[in-house]
Amino acid sequence: MSEEVQHLQSRIWQEEPEADNPFACRAAYCHGYDVYGEMLGRAGWAEMVYLLFRGEAPTRTQAAVLELLAVALASAGPRDAAVHAAMCGGVGGSPAAAALIAALAVGAGSLGGAREVRLAMEGWQACGRDLAAWRRRWTEPSAEPIGIFPPAEHPAGFDPHGVSTATPVRQVLAHLAALTPDSRGAWLELHRAELEGAAGHPLSLVGVAAAALTDLGFSPVQGEMLFLLLRLPGAAAHALEQAEYGHKKFPFYRLELEDGPTEKVR
Amino acid sequence: MSPELLRENVGRIRSRMGACFLGSHAVFRGHDLHAELGDLEWTALYLLGITGRRFTDAQVRLLEALWCYTSYPDARIWNNRVAALAGTTRSSGNLGVSAALALSEAAIYGRGIDVRAIDFFIRTRAHLAGGGALGPWVRDELERCRSLAGYGRPVAQGDERIQPILALARSLGLSDGPHLALAFEVERCLAEARLRLHINYGAVAAAIGADQGLSPREYYLFTFPTFLAGMVPCYVEAAERPEGTLMPLPCAAVAYRGAPRRSWKGREVV
Amino acid sequence: MSWMERYLLAITGRRFAPRPLRLLEAIWCYTSYPDARIWNNRVSALAGTTRSTGNLGLSAALALSEADIYGLGPCVRAIEFLIRTRVELAGGGELAACLRRERSQGRTLGGYGRPLCAADERIAPTVDLARSLGLAGGPHLALAYAVEALLIAERPALRMNYGALIAALAADLGLTSHEHHLFLIPLFLAGMAPCYLEAAAHPAGAFLPLPCHGVAYRGAPRRTWGPA
Repeated sequence: MSEEVQHLQSRIWQEEPEADNPFACRAAYCHGYDVYGEMLGRAGWAEMVYLLFRGEAPTRTQAAVLELLAVALASAGPRDAAVHAAMCGGVGGSPAAAALIAALAVGAGSLGGAREVRLAMEGWQACGRDLAAWRRRWTEPSAEPIGIFPPAEHPAGFDPHGVSTATPVRQVLAHLAALTPDSRGAWLELHRAELEGAAGHPLSLVGVAAAALTDLGFSPVQGEMLFLLLRLPGAAAHALEQAEYGHKKFPFYRLELEDGPTEKVR
Repeated sequence: MSPELLRENVGRIRSRMGACFLGSHAVFRGHDLHAELGDLEWTALYLLGITGRRFTDAQVRLLEALWCYTSYPDARIWNNRVAALAGTTRSSGNLGVSAALALSEAAIYGRGIDVRAIDFFIRTRAHLAGGGALGPWVRDELERCRSLAGYGRPVAQGDERIQPILALARSLGLSDGPHLALAFEVERCLAEARLRLHINYGAVAAAIGADQGLSPREYYLFTFPTFLAGMVPCYVEAAERPEGTLMPLPCAAVAYRGAPRRSWKGREVV
Repeated sequence: MSWMERYLLAITGRRFAPRPLRLLEAIWCYTSYPDARIWNNRVSALAGTTRSTGNLGLSAALALSEADIYGLGPCVRAIEFLIRTRVELAGGGELAACLRRERSQGRTLGGYGRPLCAADERIAPTVDLARSLGLAGGPHLALAYAVEALLIAERPALRMNYGALIAALAADLGLTSHEHHLFLIPLFLAGMAPCYLEAAAHPAGAFLPLPCHGVAYRGAPRRTWGPA
């Protein structure tokens, strides 16, 4: 090993090395908890993820909420744009990682994606349970500076193509409200109609997720990251399924060229 | 927006950008790609795809140089590091480089800076054309955004890329544009305010982009491949060395700053 | 030094002369189709429609381009086969036997046949350019044609496609299969950005939306979730 070791800083993870190898982990501690010596067999997936992000073990209720959210978000179905992108990877035989990169990239945006979750959570930070504040937020012009993401086009957490609140959205909201009667989720359920009226669109699953993630204490950037993760299982499964079906069964669609020669130029 | 809009688009794509007619030809921005655009250099084609416009040879050469002069095959740089890490883990070069490119729109370097810098110059010119003063405008921007894209540098002061790109621009007769002049005026403003925020390559490149007529979105997409030529050698070199040997860390190299050891078994669960 | 020259220096450590550079650049240009139906381009368009970033859309589309049935997968298999086979033939081997061995070892020959259409409109313009540059006389290109002749005698659909052609041209310019693999990373890039842009300019979500009844379900019937 070279003399000079530049240290990596972490509050999350600490490892003890094996006696015979400074690079092999003998024990790992996540925010102080022994992962393989104690947590294994006692902690569930939702508890581990909560601990990683928040630094403390969740309560039973918090773990239940995160588990509920994980199930609700696990698959957006094959009609979802991010899942569609992953399936494009599947049908062509692109590497597994490429299919997930595609799902992440497409699922990162402000239409039903992680960007929208972050914006909605920022809304909760700014407006809380103040209906008037939400109304103002949606009617006042946005001071969003130019950045890498295109500017938001609809109130975050609402479906711009929706007509009425979709049933799964109401179902997830009802479960959240039952689990956590004093939460933002419960408030959202109570005031859904008013909020939808002010937003001009029905509430979406992103909006429900944003409320739940805020209730769990995640910051907007944590929520954005977690949403990306939680959406992956369905993308992965559908990519694998379409890989089996093959490209010939995957719709290729009709393209109407609006500019340029439809016959070869000689 | 409504389901009607979605219904109109089910199963069909309408495009002005192009199409492939397999076995026959392909259309690119209204032209037969092979028959009518076959002589175009790749960078010129890339620009046509983004903007719908043609550029002169001198412009293409200068814009392409914006990529060349910052393609550093240094595996310590965070995006390049990803390509190198893909090499050391024996992932594919394509995946490593794609991921490295994905990283390159960071807040403190790359596309995150580029898009803000060009937008700032275009807005500033409009402000000055409307009779506004530069000094207060720059101060307002700094106060609002807490930094000025294209000024200052995360790792070092001074920017070795500036002189070569300016020399090239001069040799091509493309160094007299208003945005480039403005970029240096802004630096003078910052110096007068005793702020040690020297102009960096990001500002110079963005100004050059704006002087060639690129909008912020066009410039942002144009700069996508900027670091690519520097990424691939990082992958190659790490892939040639024994696997796992790029920047390995022993347990002791992590400086832990977190909660003390505690028992999972013993915790109170509410 | 142009960017292409720099890119090739980065990959190979070698400088290339103007005519090979022209040909290699055209290899990228002639297959940069801004058609959003093609699976990798479709990802960049989907990123546009979901209002994700262009950088993410293009990165993801590039990641996808290393597929089995198109893109880098068949291209790399093609150059590996051509380089390997040329060495074997130079040592006295026989082409038909090489092809039979490929099939018997379960290796899919890259560069022949095409997923969506047998004919390949990219071949003629590329070969024309190669000829005009004096770069169409190499041994790998001759081998690629010889392979085609043998394949189409059995299956007419297995005509040489762009993948085999560019593999042969690259090999004749001295690229190894690994170098060719890296050279191909930006192969389709110029066609991707327009796909992102166009979808981003249209209303959000308007790129290839699908109603619920657009999915033909083939799975298990409805059933109740309960304890195992």
